[in-house]
Amino acid sequence: MIKSELIQKIADENPHLYHRDVERIVATVFDEIIEALADGKRVELRGFGAFSVKKRDARVGRNPRSGEQVEVEEKYVPFFKMGKLLRERLNAD
Amino acid sequence: MSGKTLTRMDLSEAVYREVGLSRNESAQLVEDVLEHVASALVSGENVKISSFGTFTVRSKTARVGRNPKTGEEVPIEPRRVMTFRPSHLMKERVDAGNKS
Repeated sequence: MIKSELIQKIADENPHLYHRDVERIVATVFDEIIEALADGKRVELRGFGAFSVKKRDARVGRNPRSGEQVEVEEKYVPFFKMGKLLRERLNAD
Repeated sequence: MSGKTLTRMDLSEAVYREVGLSRNESAQLVEDVLEHVASALVSGENVKISSFGTFTVRSKTARVGRNPKTGEEVPIEPRRVMTFRPSHLMKERVDAGNKS
C-alpha cells in the first residue's frame, strides 16, 4: 500500500470530507511524527508502535573502495519499535 | 531536546488545528490512518509512505534459540516481523533537528 492508496481508503470511508482535506489529514499525521522526532521527542502510539531517535556516535570509518580512513560525524537516526498488539496481530494464525 | 513523548492525542490535536474538524472526528481519523497501515501489514502488504518511510513485513523461519540464563535450548516458532525504513527526508530532518 502506498500513501495515495491510504488516502483513497480513508476518503472512501468519509464521503463527507473533501479529498484534499483527507490528503492534509494524512500528511499532518506523518509530518507531526517527523517534527516531534526532529525536536528530540518520542512518539508512542499504543498498539501500533513507538518512534524514537537514536544517537550514533562519531566514528572513524573506511571508504570500502579505497580503504582510506574517513571521519564519520555523530548522527541521529529515527527508530521504530513495533507495539505488542501489532506484533501479536502479525503472528495470530 | 525536550524528552517529551507525543501520543495519539497530540496527533489528533494537530489534525484538529490543521483541518478544523471536531476533536472527536480528528481523533477518529488519526486512528483510521494507523489502523489502515496496521491492517495492510497484517495482510502481508508492505506500506510505503513517500517522504516518511517504508514498513516492511518479513517472515522468519523456525530456529533453535537458547535461554541465555539457563543455556537451555528452546524452539523459536516461525514468525513475522516488521521493520521500518525511514525515508531520506525523514533521516535528514531528524538528524538536522537533533544537532541544532
